[in-house]
Amino acid sequence: MRRAAVPLALGVLALLPFASSSQFLVTLATLTAVSAALGQAWNIAGGFGGLTSFGHAAFFGLGAYAAAILQTRYGLNPWLGLPAAAAVGGAAGWLIGFSAFRAGLRGSYFALVTLAFAEAFRVLANSLDITGGGSGILVALHPAPGNFQFADRRVSYALALLLLGLATGAAAWLASGRFGAQLMAVRENEDAARALGVAVVRTKSATLALSGALTALGGVLYVQSYLYLDPGIAFSAERSVEMLLIAMIGGAGTILGPLLGAIVVHAIADTTRSLIATPGVAPMLYGVVLLVIVGVLPGGLVRIVARHA
Amino acid sequence: MTALLLPAIVGGLLTGGVYALVALGLTLIYGVLHIVNFAHGALLMAAMFGAWLLAAKLGLDPLLALPLLTAAMFAVGWALYRFVIGPVSRGQDRAILLATLGVAVVIDNGALMLFTGDSRTIETPYALAMLQAGPLLLPEAKLIAFVCALLLAALLWAFMALTDTGRAIRAVAREPEGAMLVGIRPQRMFALAYGIGTACLGAAACLLLPSFYVSPQVGESFVLIAFTIVVLGGMGSFPGALVGGLLVGVTENLGGLYLGESLGPICVPLLFIAVLLLRPTGLFGAAR
Amino acid sequence: MLEVRNLRRRFGGVLAVDGLDLDVGRGSITALIGPNGAGKTTSFAMIAGFVRPDSGSVRLDGTLMTGWAPERIAAAGMVRTFQVTQPFAGLSVAENIRLGAFLRTRQRRRATAEARAVGTRLGLGAWLDRPASALTVAGRKRLEVARALATVPRLLLLDEVMAGLNPSEINEIVALVREVRAQGVTILLIEHVMQAVMALADHAYVLAEGRLIAQGTPRQIAADPRVIEAYLGHGAAARIANG
Repeated sequence: MRRAAVPLALGVLALLPFASSSQFLVTLATLTAVSAALGQAWNIAGGFGGLTSFGHAAFFGLGAYAAAILQTRYGLNPWLGLPAAAAVGGAAGWLIGFSAFRAGLRGSYFALVTLAFAEAFRVLANSLDITGGGSGILVALHPAPGNFQFADRRVSYALALLLLGLATGAAAWLASGRFGAQLMAVRENEDAARALGVAVVRTKSATLALSGALTALGGVLYVQSYLYLDPGIAFSAERSVEMLLIAMIGGAGTILGPLLGAIVVHAIADTTRSLIATPGVAPMLYGVVLLVIVGVLPGGLVRIVARHA
Repeated sequence: MTALLLPAIVGGLLTGGVYALVALGLTLIYGVLHIVNFAHGALLMAAMFGAWLLAAKLGLDPLLALPLLTAAMFAVGWALYRFVIGPVSRGQDRAILLATLGVAVVIDNGALMLFTGDSRTIETPYALAMLQAGPLLLPEAKLIAFVCALLLAALLWAFMALTDTGRAIRAVAREPEGAMLVGIRPQRMFALAYGIGTACLGAAACLLLPSFYVSPQVGESFVLIAFTIVVLGGMGSFPGALVGGLLVGVTENLGGLYLGESLGPICVPLLFIAVLLLRPTGLFGAAR
Repeated sequence: MLEVRNLRRRFGGVLAVDGLDLDVGRGSITALIGPNGAGKTTSFAMIAGFVRPDSGSVRLDGTLMTGWAPERIAAAGMVRTFQVTQPFAGLSVAENIRLGAFLRTRQRRRATAEARAVGTRLGLGAWLDRPASALTVAGRKRLEVARALATVPRLLLLDEVMAGLNPSEINEIVALVREVRAQGVTILLIEHVMQAVMALADHAYVLAEGRLIAQGTPRQIAADPRVIEAYLGHGAAARIANG
């Protein structure tokens, strides 16, 4: 009973906006749900797999551009952007992972190489014609369910919740199944895992592919709600850092961590924004919170909740 | 195109000299503490704002501010390690990485808060001056920066090789237990090394500012440049950082020349990825 | 069952293993012994796929495995333990063992049941739900063996499972290894503790400075002057013989 208390409370909290007519509340809930989903996607690689990525914006941006390009240049139905983005994000995750892990990169080196990939994609998006270069891509406003654009924001929120559910389901699958057990073994000790028959490079690459695919789906949701994309939005380092922060603050390698992290980060952001208008204050506080978490509570906020539940 | 090639290479070498100084700080910190200092770019950006403040508000020429800012950045780096990074990370690799990331986030956004996202430059009497050398026109500011950077690199090398403190730092880097036995306290040396590595940024900032601009975002681009240099030269290698700095400066300029303004910047991340994937020990393979 | 032929490996200028030939018969306990730095660990690493040999071959039941990745060799039924124990520190003891069981089944329930059974059989019953990092040295050695056994190996490679243990713990492990063999698992072990080898092995090989210097039953080995010299230094055999 008590173990179920936290998930139950989160579930009720998640459903609250449906009963409300407040646009503000729905928007806030949508942003939080997308952040939580992206944090969870990072957590699959960075938490469960111990693959600390500094460049997850690469997957977010690839997914977003895949969706935007397919509908604006090729006239495809925007809903097809979802499978396309997942495929692109998954493939990129697998390729980046496979090449990095084959070369034996781990820890800080892996973090840096993901950062470099995101930066390389940003420069590419900035200079290619198909991405619209620096001026980006504008998706025509045409709200219709068949067109993946909704007049009622609660539908967008429902989709964000769906993505969050998908990512959390993937995390739960990792936490309980064979693949996840092998992944965590690899995280704890690669040699011992190999000695017990675990293919280390394949396990880590597959994990990054899964994480990349989920992250790319988040990119699609972004494009469909803002209808605009440019290289800075798609591949910004802030995006990568926010995903990492949410997972780390909430509790990396736990199922509930990113959910808690997203709620806390958005609470900080909205409180400070309403108090101080200067840009930079909220992200600076995230940095401070990260330092405190790493220094004092390495397991994340979920530890406090677990202790009292 | 060939007419532009030589100036591009020479210009790249000049900038590369200052890059090398930035990378020397990073490689020193890695070589001694064995940590990847992700805050390096943010600290450089902070130092550049320091130099900008001194120049714009007090009218102090960056070259005159150099000793002052170098000392100030030493203090900042020392305190940062002593009071933040050391205690937060407790010697764990991932915690160190995340701690330096957290510091970078705080500095980047602190700068955004204080200075907004605008780019700022300063005016010096030599900013636009050119020096004729054969067929080449050399920008005086970059030439001064290059010479100063190499002098400072030599000074740093001499300090590490010839002074007792330098030797003690190197001893800790190689044999922490052995160093402890002869009475050297590793944590003190770590803070010292982090301070010296950060001091390099104070000097580099003063050399960069006359020909560069500063904004809260520059730290991010410098972090990749600095790591590319250090990885290229071999993590922890002094000569590697010097040669790597020059190479990256030239690569950047040639990329701009051949690939154009918008695609040119891809050279640095691509070079970085290629080195890490194909030759992680770096060109000189000094460190593991 | 295991055939090792002419295995060779050089590290820099040092010839760590120089032409190792070794056979392990089905159902036997075979020992590879030698003084420190003799090349035992390198030999083991080459057999299990962790170090690539410069030349030579490793066959398990006739299948050539030279150059295979360790995980493939493990899946084929040859599983090693580590001298310096390598627990998955963040996981519980049962979860550690379960990872071995996952090599043979995809089902979580079966793997968990299997892991708990193996753990209990190896005397870790009281520890199953504690973190692996809480185990004593002897407990960790047991965990190494349990994890490897959970993969249902044909051939178990034990890397100095007795190093660092006290005499009573050694006796317990000796009994445990015998029991494992009784269940039909063939064993190749590296050992430094001579007493253990004498008690356990059917056949022993002696390495010194990368070369095989003797082989035979433990009794024959113990009497071999070359072995005594290798262990105790030049002239030792003569000194012992002269009393």
